[in-house]
Amino acid sequence: MTTIEKTTDEVLGLAAAHFKVPREQLSPDDDFFKKLRINSLQALDLLTRLEQHFHIELPDYELQGVSDFRTLAERIQSRL
Amino acid sequence: MKSFAGKTLSWRTADGVIELTLDRAPCNEIGSATLGELEQFAGALDSLARDSHALVISSARNEGFCAGADLRELYRGLQDLRPAARLAGVRDFLERIHGVMNTLDAAPITTIAAVHGVTFGGGFELALACDLIVADKMTRFCFPELRLGLIPGFGGIPRLKRDLGNAAVRDLLLTGRSINATKGQSLGLVSQVTGEGDALRVARATAVQLGKFDRETAIVAKRFIKPIPREELRREIDIFCELFMRPAVEAGLRKFVESTDALPYLP
Repeated sequence: MTTIEKTTDEVLGLAAAHFKVPREQLSPDDDFFKKLRINSLQALDLLTRLEQHFHIELPDYELQGVSDFRTLAERIQSRL
Repeated sequence: MKSFAGKTLSWRTADGVIELTLDRAPCNEIGSATLGELEQFAGALDSLARDSHALVISSARNEGFCAGADLRELYRGLQDLRPAARLAGVRDFLERIHGVMNTLDAAPITTIAAVHGVTFGGGFELALACDLIVADKMTRFCFPELRLGLIPGFGGIPRLKRDLGNAAVRDLLLTGRSINATKGQSLGLVSQVTGEGDALRVARATAVQLGKFDRETAIVAKRFIKPIPREELRREIDIFCELFMRPAVEAGLRKFVESTDALPYLP
């Protein structure tokens, strides 16, 4: 079973790689909209990539009020 | 007209395949300009189809296939109108877009929607009017209308019911959530899932395959297996118009218009 720490790390790595932000500039408590400078369309793109990477289905309403990587990782973890 | 280049879309024919390409910033939102040009295409389709065996519809926008109705134009258009005029305007738009969708649905030619990215609301409905959906793996399908106090109004509910089991239809409509292409394929919605950026290429390859078969047989087969739910489509317009006059809808539209985000109703 993947740990939440590993999941969080993978989320940060995937986000950094796709949105071309240095991985070391991202931390779990960062607001991913602000840090990645993305809008809702790009957030959907990230959601799809995360679903594919973790082989899960993550309804977008699960992300209601979620804007930091840590909580996003927790939502993913609950589906693993 | 074998080819056309308009403000919101273009079409051309080559080697027996009609290609309709949507191209209106930011994501092919369907407003009056797009509707007008779609009507032109629908009017030309019978003539185009005589020398063709397939139609491929795709988008030139990076953001996706189509984000649905142009809600900003809709909201602006409603201002300064009395309720009766608002309702008449909405009903007129719906009947016109239904005319386009019904023409596509019944086209005497196999139709393929090559989709990617955001395929929401009216965009999803446009894809559903086609015989096959080829989806790039980054596609997301969604009917977000309930988030705005509405139901899909471009024929989506009857067509979705035609294609999917009722449980899947309830899930999509009542939660308003978006699903990815893989989920879409598992539901039976998507014919093929492709690599990122590859939907149009695969759709074109599929169109070549379609050209190997007798065209008249394909048309007969399509009419036999794909009924058009005309009564339900008319009922959908009525229900949409009833809902549209509720204050919650104007409030939802105003919130949408006042936001600077592309899809402010998410998640």
